[in-house]
Amino acid sequence: MADFWKRFSRNRGAVIGIIILAIVVLVAVLAPLLFPQSPWRMVQRPFLPPLAMEQYPLGTDALGRNVISGLAYGAQVSLLVGLVSTVAALLIGIPIGALAGYFGGWVDDALMRFTEFFQTVPSFALAIVLVAIFEPSIQSIIAAIAIVSWPPVARLVRGEVMSLRSREYVEAAILSGQTNLTIILRQVLPNTLSPIIVLASLMVATAILLESSLSFLGLGDPNMMSWGYMIGAARTVIRQAWWLSFFPGVAILLTVLALNLIGEGLNDALNPRLARRGK
Amino acid sequence: MMDSVTEPVLQIRDLKIALPEGADRDFAVDGVSYDLNAGEILCIVGESGSGKSMSANATMGLLPELVRPVGGEIVFEGKDVLKLSDSEMIDLRGRKIAMIFQEPMSALNPLMRVEDQIAEVFEAHNLLTPRERKRRAVELLTEVGIPDPSKAARAYPFQLSGGQRQRVMIAMALALEPKILIADEPTTALDVTTQAQILELIRNLQETHGMAVMFITHDFGVVAEIADRVAVMQYGKIVESGTADEVLDNPQHPYTQKLIAAIPKLAAEPSEVPADKAPILEVEGLNKTYVTGGGMFFSNARVVHAVNEVNLTLREGETLGIVGESGSGKSSVGRCLVRLMDPDSGTVKLAGQDMATLTGSALREARKSIQMIFQDPYASLNPRSKVGQIIAEGPMAHGVSKTEAYSRAVKLLELVDLDALAIERYPHEFSGGQRQRIGIARALALEPRVIIADEAVSALDVSIQAQVLDLLADLKERLNLALIFITHDLRVAAQICDRIAVMQKGKIVEMGPAHAIFDNPQNAYTRTLIEAIPGREKELAAAG
Repeated sequence: MADFWKRFSRNRGAVIGIIILAIVVLVAVLAPLLFPQSPWRMVQRPFLPPLAMEQYPLGTDALGRNVISGLAYGAQVSLLVGLVSTVAALLIGIPIGALAGYFGGWVDDALMRFTEFFQTVPSFALAIVLVAIFEPSIQSIIAAIAIVSWPPVARLVRGEVMSLRSREYVEAAILSGQTNLTIILRQVLPNTLSPIIVLASLMVATAILLESSLSFLGLGDPNMMSWGYMIGAARTVIRQAWWLSFFPGVAILLTVLALNLIGEGLNDALNPRLARRGK
Repeated sequence: MMDSVTEPVLQIRDLKIALPEGADRDFAVDGVSYDLNAGEILCIVGESGSGKSMSANATMGLLPELVRPVGGEIVFEGKDVLKLSDSEMIDLRGRKIAMIFQEPMSALNPLMRVEDQIAEVFEAHNLLTPRERKRRAVELLTEVGIPDPSKAARAYPFQLSGGQRQRVMIAMALALEPKILIADEPTTALDVTTQAQILELIRNLQETHGMAVMFITHDFGVVAEIADRVAVMQYGKIVESGTADEVLDNPQHPYTQKLIAAIPKLAAEPSEVPADKAPILEVEGLNKTYVTGGGMFFSNARVVHAVNEVNLTLREGETLGIVGESGSGKSSVGRCLVRLMDPDSGTVKLAGQDMATLTGSALREARKSIQMIFQDPYASLNPRSKVGQIIAEGPMAHGVSKTEAYSRAVKLLELVDLDALAIERYPHEFSGGQRQRIGIARALALEPRVIIADEAVSALDVSIQAQVLDLLADLKERLNLALIFITHDLRVAAQICDRIAVMQKGKIVEMGPAHAIFDNPQNAYTRTLIEAIPGREKELAAAG
């Protein structure tokens, strides 16, 4: 573990990523304490520019709502959607990939054709359709994002499992009489963990972007303030009130960037042999 | 032998190469000095991790990243190679000093025709016209004895055999008439008959071209075949050097003595297993074919008969060796016996029960009696499981309680001479030989009656190999096991086996008691195999 941190911290970008993400998490967790009032509540005159009043450092929006409060509550939504949908996608993708890779043959064919069915449909279009059918809510958004983002997980796990399947320790496990389920869970999957973790960190970033895009189009949960919604609502007034779309945009950018940096750091730390050269 | 008054072409003086922090020792090479004389073959011998390749790599400027020379010098033509600029180094490589590697497939570009790869050597040094380069390529291929050189020149590496690829590598190395040829384990990946041919080729070329050859190897048999002088390395230092005869016949340093003593002797003892013991494993008419290719159109399927009508009997307490070169089907036989692979036809009777047709839980139950030891001590243990779990998993899968399985694991570790504390550790904390012991403990955990060892000692250094072989022989005796020992190494087979089956192209061509096979081989192929064993002539001469 100490070794892991040493390798991880050697990647300076990854450390910066961790710091940014820690700040975002902190803000999301502390949002109800920092801003006891609902972010939907009108608190001042509309279009108050940033730094004009000490209480509202990032100004107010077209309805006089506090922008900084909206950002804090938006962080909650983004992180929640990012994490839960990624976990859901892993729960769909890992079993499908593991079964396809382990058993091969017609099982593999059937599962992979099923996976390709999802891959051939443009993922954002599918997400829009799913959210529109289920009515926009945080649950339906999470479900839609999970449904469009599991195929890469399945393909990755399948590839890893296929190469691990023929390792001698798996053969030894077969000979020692372990059942296929035990072998998959104990011998094979633990060894696919590294690439899955790296992929998952990047999937969280993609999920946050997807959620923002859906909210931007007005398909967000109407009861939850989110970064995408804030940008969407501000787009008509972008010339009069730049700050309304700028700050949520920066928040999305930084969070996604942080996750990507972390993903790269994890990749270096978990696959030391593949670590890129150069100091 | 050469008259050795010639001037050294390469002088290595007090060379020190530092390893990165956290390695198991500070210096890969620590104060090494030796001369390479014109027209001689110098063998650098050592076990894995001895630093035997490092001084050669330093000479070529091929040290891995973070590994750098920190002292001493390598003098070639009056200049210190370590201080040359990049462009001087490029001129040196290939033109003055050439190198061949262990794995010719990965050393050749798979997407380039052989003639283009050879021509590239001239191109890199701006020599000859394109037309002349191709002509030279064919000449060189002729010189290294490739059958049908003009056709081979147009071939891609994958169309050639391992030995032919190594010949291509040698042709490339010879292209610019270098003064020094460095050969880093060039025959280790090759079959024994091919190895003998390549060694002879290197010997002949060295004489006709008057090159100096630095030959790096772990195999004393190869040393006996080819070396004029020998330097033995251990932990980055040269512990002994001298002419081949001195070192091999009268080793002075205890390490050299130990290494030479560890080499399995070629003579097999007459078997002590009484012929009336009950057979435990009877194999009849075993067949396995592989079909590759053969799409819907155009291409014909390629059918390989990997196991062809194999019949075997293994008696209780007996060790049967299956020997053969790569592709002979020896491993396929082993895998069919334990049903890691399903045979196409034939019966495998284990204590009277036919293994070949069992499925599901009946197969799992039957497999308790037949276990396997694998070749690669690094790939055969799950890197994410603790040793205790690795050994206890098998019995637990058969319903043994966890405490019972772990206490049995401790006993098994003691049985294979490992510390009981090992159960709490991960495989990467152990050396190759120790891992192989863990693999043996795992195989024994289910109390099998037959063990199949598939090249179980091939990946180990010779001194470790001797220990593992002794352990296997001892365990076999104590636990009354029957052993099928699959190997390409006839020396190992001679040491451990009671009976030997020689396989070629999927068929058993000869089977009999080990001493009979070695003393009086009946089959022509068996004779070729035995004659190709490196160091054999020397051993015969020594035995009188």
